[in-house]
Amino acid sequence: MNPTNTKETKSTSSGNMKFPYYPGCTLKTTAKNFENSAIATARALGVELLEIPRWNCCGTVFSLAQDDLIHHVASVRNFIRVQEMNDYGLVKNENRLVTLCSMCFNTLKSTNRRMKENAEDLQKINELMYREEDYKGNVEVLHFLELLKSLGYEKIREKVTKPLKDLNIAPYYGCMILRPKEIAIDDPEDPTIQKDILEALGVSVIDTPYKKVCCGSYQTVKDKYIVAELAYDILSHARKKGAEALTTVCPLCAFNLDQRQQAVKEKHPDFEEMPVFYITQLMTIAFGMDKDVFGFEQNYVDPRPLLKSKSLIED
Amino acid sequence: MIKKIEISPDNEKFLNKVNELSGEVITLCEQCGTCSGGCPLVTEMDITPSQMMRLVQLGQKEVLDHKAIWVCASCFTCTVRCPRQIDVSKVAEALRQIILRQAVDHIDIKAIPKEEIACLPQIALVSACRKFTG
Repeated sequence: MNPTNTKETKSTSSGNMKFPYYPGCTLKTTAKNFENSAIATARALGVELLEIPRWNCCGTVFSLAQDDLIHHVASVRNFIRVQEMNDYGLVKNENRLVTLCSMCFNTLKSTNRRMKENAEDLQKINELMYREEDYKGNVEVLHFLELLKSLGYEKIREKVTKPLKDLNIAPYYGCMILRPKEIAIDDPEDPTIQKDILEALGVSVIDTPYKKVCCGSYQTVKDKYIVAELAYDILSHARKKGAEALTTVCPLCAFNLDQRQQAVKEKHPDFEEMPVFYITQLMTIAFGMDKDVFGFEQNYVDPRPLLKSKSLIED
Repeated sequence: MIKKIEISPDNEKFLNKVNELSGEVITLCEQCGTCSGGCPLVTEMDITPSQMMRLVQLGQKEVLDHKAIWVCASCFTCTVRCPRQIDVSKVAEALRQIILRQAVDHIDIKAIPKEEIACLPQIALVSACRKFTG
């Protein structure tokens, strides 16, 4: 665990509910603005996200081949870390592991499901990790949006000091928190969880059928123009419906929809750039937090001109 | 043009292998085309997901030569919509695995420009390696 993080946690959060928090690799680099804004938002709502000590990469994709057990080891090891947090008293009887990244969420939750439903697989995985204590199958994987929902939209509304009036936002969900349906956090065909949160912030929410259409995911490595075409459809459809920006909770969707706008412009010279926020960035503004936590310098399309035009930020 | 296909024991073996790797019963597919209709990447594919399913049903190894199995982004849209509850994403994964397990990679990481590697999030690079290399 990051020692500075722990210190900060102790000094600012007595009495807050504590959850084991799994960041994943990307939250520490290209999505640092997601992590910072989410931790600050959670704290404002009385929740402390305690980083899991010695967490490791989850593998980013859930292995779909039936015989490929070895690729589930990485995820299960993180569940053992959550057990240890309980054993060492870092959290009290809290087996709910909270993630921010949609890809991590999908991988961890799918693996957990396979372990819970298949005792033989769980035994084999435990035998592979002979230096670890056994995973007992008690961890529950929760996406940050589910945590917010469980706290209640009313509680979010109460914290708003600067309502995001006149801001027209299309929430974008992507795939990994919606599909397959056995692990979905919302209706796979018509999710509303982001809409409910955004409405509590005072946003005018724009609904588009593209909210659940894949951004192209890892194809961005092999051929960025495949992703650019999907991003063009998703973004220009949102604009046609009146959206000024998008929100997301996935660092890969964020990359494909934000940074890849450069590739979109190469193919579609008439395309107009559109900011893509992590939903927690908008929450920090609405909660009246300090601008240091917004992290807009990491957004590719600068959202500040839009926010200034609505008098939501100063400079 | 009519193409005559005779199902040999070899074809049967291939179908069984894909069934086993994917954990799905591919013969359940009734070729309704829902997977192809909803696939967000179908325009980039050389055959549609339902054509891929048909080729596997008939044990046709040529399915492995199609670009479509690599263009699949494992978004699970077909999975949630299949009226026969077949996880088509798992079938595509099984086909990729058959190739990757012969130590034939689909992507050369070294050929990606350094500037590109520097800006890509880790989740993009790790998942591409997991899906495109053996």
